[in-house]
Amino acid sequence: MSLLQVQNVSRHFGSLIAVNGVTLTVEPGELRAVIGPNGAGKTTFFNLISGFFPPTAGKILFAGQDITALPPHKRVIMGMARTFQITEIFPELNVRENLRIPVEIASGLRLRPWLSKSADARIRERVAELMELGGLTEKADRLVGELSHGDQRATEIMMSLALRPRLLLLDEPTAGMGDQETYDISRLIRRLHKDQGLTIVLIEHDMRVVFNLADRIMVLAEGAVLAEGTPDDIANSEVVQAAYLGKAAA
Amino acid sequence: MSALTRQRLSLALIWLALLTMPYWMNAVGGYTELGTRVLVLGLAAMALNFLLGFTGVLSFGHAAYFGLGAYGAGMAIKYLAPSTPLAIVIGVVLGTLAGAIIGALIVKLRGVYFAMVTIAFAQVFFFIAIRWNAVTGGDDGLTGWHRHALDLGFGKIDILNNDKAFYYLVLVLFAIAVGLMALLLRSPFGRTLLAIRENERRARFLGLPIEQHIWLSFVISCLFASLAGTLFALLSNFIDPHALHWSQSGNFVIMAVLGGMRSFWGPLVGAAIFVVLQDYVSSHTANWMSIIGLFFVLVVMFFPRGVLGMLRRKAKS
Repeated sequence: MSLLQVQNVSRHFGSLIAVNGVTLTVEPGELRAVIGPNGAGKTTFFNLISGFFPPTAGKILFAGQDITALPPHKRVIMGMARTFQITEIFPELNVRENLRIPVEIASGLRLRPWLSKSADARIRERVAELMELGGLTEKADRLVGELSHGDQRATEIMMSLALRPRLLLLDEPTAGMGDQETYDISRLIRRLHKDQGLTIVLIEHDMRVVFNLADRIMVLAEGAVLAEGTPDDIANSEVVQAAYLGKAAA
Repeated sequence: MSALTRQRLSLALIWLALLTMPYWMNAVGGYTELGTRVLVLGLAAMALNFLLGFTGVLSFGHAAYFGLGAYGAGMAIKYLAPSTPLAIVIGVVLGTLAGAIIGALIVKLRGVYFAMVTIAFAQVFFFIAIRWNAVTGGDDGLTGWHRHALDLGFGKIDILNNDKAFYYLVLVLFAIAVGLMALLLRSPFGRTLLAIRENERRARFLGLPIEQHIWLSFVISCLFASLAGTLFALLSNFIDPHALHWSQSGNFVIMAVLGGMRSFWGPLVGAAIFVVLQDYVSSHTANWMSIIGLFFVLVVMFFPRGVLGMLRRKAKS
């Protein structure tokens, strides 16, 4: 069964049609990239999947269930986690606390007014594991607001991972980063995909990252699907080249 | 000195000062009742700060729950039974219940809208207290009642005539309330509140039902504010509608910001400064509020983290 099925969704803002009848199917274990020129509706499309706002038309299924009308936090509980184009973290808490909060939520402890010693130990262990995986162990006690852009992004990705998601949505994970940071983050994403078998959908502007990571690519332009296929298909597609170069498709 | 030892040391100092307060208050020109007032208003400001400083939600109407606690306690003694514990319980139940109902109605609002609606609800209770003469005593306040000695079964504690005994009763309740708040803030639930304060969008997309958590924080905050209200009424054996007025809500916010709303003890320090300034300056001039106002402006401009925040930064450097 497909993990995510987006069926013919549209979203209008007044007279503006941001997303127009887009269909997307993501299989378990896949890494799918969504690319497209600025204003193509990529982030709006992500917001529809994660429940930031509801679609004007169409249907979204997650693990076979209709989630079109579910609020974001319920989608998260079903196993869908996301990051944002502008990193969303808890700036005045340290790395350890930033990771601890989602670990506790994922363990069903969010309303607990106390913790047993053993539960506390289990949570610390899981937080340490996540910091290790994200390369953040040495920065455990630093306030996240004071970290570099790359480390903040790594923290945000690990926070999402702390929820043990079945699907991870990454909105421009390398936006605004230098070469080294871009390399580090794409290596982290590759590890999560290959080693942990995580299903990932990502929006990305950096084509090196996209062609390096993605199993399949979907190209959006003006709110609609322009092309879809393997990285090779997309690289050789005249329609896509035309869209990116700003020429009318011949 | 490590951060942890420093933290333990200041905690020990705070409790030592509170435990011995009635014995040095007179020496520094105060009196026991002034110390009790610091504790009571400090508790109210700390309760507000549970919501303001640790959940990031500004209520500008906490006088409602403070005042409901106060009127609940006074009316329980006047109309029901001459029992201090019963008065406290009834006041707290009344204030918390109102907080639970109003909280459920406003929990979707944010920022200025939330603050405005909390003021509006508080003013409703203020006008009820003024207009419902027959029951509340109206503008003149609720008189003709007083706190009663505590009956422990094997003996009585005379908290009515012995100022110090009443101070220690307040201190015990203060310690329990503050201990519970500290415990909550260190729990997984407390961390979800910090998460909401830090970044509501992130918290929502980590799977938190934000409204439910803000509501719980609001109700907990109202519970402790109404406890402070009951003690406030019992302290003066009197209560008038001023305790419900929006300016009282403003005073709680001033205390929290003055002392430092990111620190747990900040609001108590703010309350102490507020109460002492009020007591001292108001004996010289009727315009004591302008002195407080000036002080407040200076703190906000130069030490946005409040008095405790400033001291802490000094300790670090």
